[in-house]
Amino acid sequence: MTLIVKKTTQLLAGIVFLYGIYVILHGHLTPGGGFAGGVIIAGSFILLILAFGSEFMNLTREETGTTLTENLAILAVLLIALAGMIVGARIFFDNWLPAGKVGELVSAGVIPLYNIFVGIEVAASILTIFLALVIFKEEITK
Amino acid sequence: MNPLIPLFIAVPLAGAFLTIILGRFLRDAGRYTGLLVLLCLAAVSIFAAATINGEVLAYKVGGWEPVNGIPIGIYMVMDNFTALVLCIINIVGFLALIYSVTYISQYTSENYFYSLFCLMVAGMNGVVLSGDLFNIFVFLEIASIASYALVAFGVEREQLEATFKYQVLGGLASLLILFGIGLIYWKAKTLNIADIKIAMGSNPDKIHYTVIQLLLLSGFGLKAAVIPFHAWLPDAHSSAPSPISAMLSGVLIKAAGIYVLIRIFFNMFIISSEIAVLITTLGALSMVIGVFLAIGQWDIKRLLAYHSISQMGYVILSVGIGMILLARGTKPEVATLAISGGIFHLINHAAFKSLLFLNAGAIEYRTGTRNLKEMGGLSGLMPATSSTSFIASMSISGIPPFNGFFSKLIIIIAAILGKFYLLALIAVIVSIITLASFLKFQRYAFYNKAVVGREQEIREVPFPMVFSMVILGLLCVLLSLLAIPQIRDMFLTPAIKVLTDPQLYTSTILGM
Amino acid sequence: MTVYILCFILFLVGLYGAITRRNLVKIVISLSVMEFSVFLFLALIGYVEGGSAPIIDPAKPDALYVDPLPQAMVLTAIVIGLATTAMLMSVIIRIYRKYKTLDIREIKNLRG
Repeated sequence: MTLIVKKTTQLLAGIVFLYGIYVILHGHLTPGGGFAGGVIIAGSFILLILAFGSEFMNLTREETGTTLTENLAILAVLLIALAGMIVGARIFFDNWLPAGKVGELVSAGVIPLYNIFVGIEVAASILTIFLALVIFKEEITK
Repeated sequence: MNPLIPLFIAVPLAGAFLTIILGRFLRDAGRYTGLLVLLCLAAVSIFAAATINGEVLAYKVGGWEPVNGIPIGIYMVMDNFTALVLCIINIVGFLALIYSVTYISQYTSENYFYSLFCLMVAGMNGVVLSGDLFNIFVFLEIASIASYALVAFGVEREQLEATFKYQVLGGLASLLILFGIGLIYWKAKTLNIADIKIAMGSNPDKIHYTVIQLLLLSGFGLKAAVIPFHAWLPDAHSSAPSPISAMLSGVLIKAAGIYVLIRIFFNMFIISSEIAVLITTLGALSMVIGVFLAIGQWDIKRLLAYHSISQMGYVILSVGIGMILLARGTKPEVATLAISGGIFHLINHAAFKSLLFLNAGAIEYRTGTRNLKEMGGLSGLMPATSSTSFIASMSISGIPPFNGFFSKLIIIIAAILGKFYLLALIAVIVSIITLASFLKFQRYAFYNKAVVGREQEIREVPFPMVFSMVILGLLCVLLSLLAIPQIRDMFLTPAIKVLTDPQLYTSTILGM
Repeated sequence: MTVYILCFILFLVGLYGAITRRNLVKIVISLSVMEFSVFLFLALIGYVEGGSAPIIDPAKPDALYVDPLPQAMVLTAIVIGLATTAMLMSVIIRIYRKYKTLDIREIKNLRG
């Protein structure tokens, strides 16, 4: 890619990433949440990879990393859900943290936690899909 | 039992994710996590089936209580029918996984196999347990996507082609189901199965109702490979690795197709005689066409796959007969008999068809071929495989004292008592053709003259594979005990009661 | 009513594509078109005449909202659709590597 593309992407990617975090953190207050924010975060990484390219070895290493992250994040979601069976009302997916006041950033009990982990999971999994497809393509051209 | 219900979904999901994480550090992690998870699930499902005792248990996820009598949360529902299907899923899954321990070691990246396997089991458990339509759809997709990947696990030419076909038709099926769900939500404004029955019950818009029924019938019919929608099944089931074929044929088409069809048509819709006749016709067609397509096959797994279509035809036929009788309102005891025959056959089919696929896998593992013409004389060389496959073959063709005989007998008796003489005749004829087809399989694979010069290489398969085949063979014999009235009253009759008496299901869930 | 019929026509367009196209990638695109027609339908059935976005505003206690449940359903279905499409695409890449073609008429090892 040309220098213009590289420089613009460099400037944009950070902002896109931050916006993704914003969408995830305000998931329980505004439209958006884990899935939408996760896709935005993955988008910022994909932008960088598209603009700068990546070595084949690097790609496979990144792919194993994202797979691990994805699995850890979704396991965390499951553990939070299962924690509801141990504390509080002892029900699967129970909201066992205090609900707080409507409209504040720290409120709605465990829902922001779900949003955060789902966001990580979605970002990692979309990145995994992207990297896997790129790796497949590289293997064909070799 | 009640607090244990979500574990059926949570435990295999956790197993699937843990497998990948632990697999980074331990090479064999998947094997042990997978076996442990499936062992727990099998134990819990047997416990559930033994203790449920005719109750309908509803678990409200997240503790969302109904508001003004309208259920707003996600419900997981467990009754006797659910418990039986859960037993099938988890026990067959456990045995298939033991079998895989040696079978799958010929492939690379074993851990992904175990992870996907756990995911598929989680999806099927979810389909069976969930009490609202949209969750059925979501779990159906989890199970299906895992199975798409598992069919293609060997990444050979045929597997890729089969999985593409399977995915396109499976995707079409999901769209039809989603479309049907949308149409239901449009009118009923609810997704809970029991609540839909109330909301649409009084006087439904006739055309709208029929369109929904046809959409859901074709969607789940595609998943269950009923005859006009069967194109994907022989390819997908014969190309997959053998333990996966056993899971797909033995469990997935039942949990994702037949179970949901039975559940929604008995517990959600008001049974109408037109739809009942249509379902019966589809069942009879599947039975006949499936067996005629099977008889010309020389590839073992393809032959077995076509027989799956035919045997599922029996289940659909008997359930359809039950629906016709219930819709007419005459002879309710014959309707009960027909449905119990269908569900009995469903359980039996899980035992013998997965056993047959495991046998086919064992033969392929040692001889390296699936073509019946290229094998022969294996009975002396592989005694355990030969004897278990003999049990399964006799069982599927309906020879006493094996389980297939009793369920087919019940279906035929019910058809005669309900005055469906033609259907009873067809069922008998199909059973005879099945016997012919399996005698061919037995003769060419095990008793024909041995292929020259290969005797030294071929010997019995390793112990884990023999173990699961022997246990399934024992199950084939033991399941015929379900025909004894006392035992039937313990397991089958309460399961039928939930279906024939929709009031029980609806009122328990809505708390009326 | 017109919008529902348009939705259905979109579904048929996708179905036509899935049946008539010979290229694997185009079949997947047709499937996606069908998928999105269903999503559109789901989103439409939740619409309430004159309703606003379903976010509770304490200042307006008796505001009319559109039905949020179909929107949640569509979101979930989109995620599932993403997974299926990604899976299909990776299978297509693998098929291309084995068969060196994307034409469905030349990919027929299995029959009968």
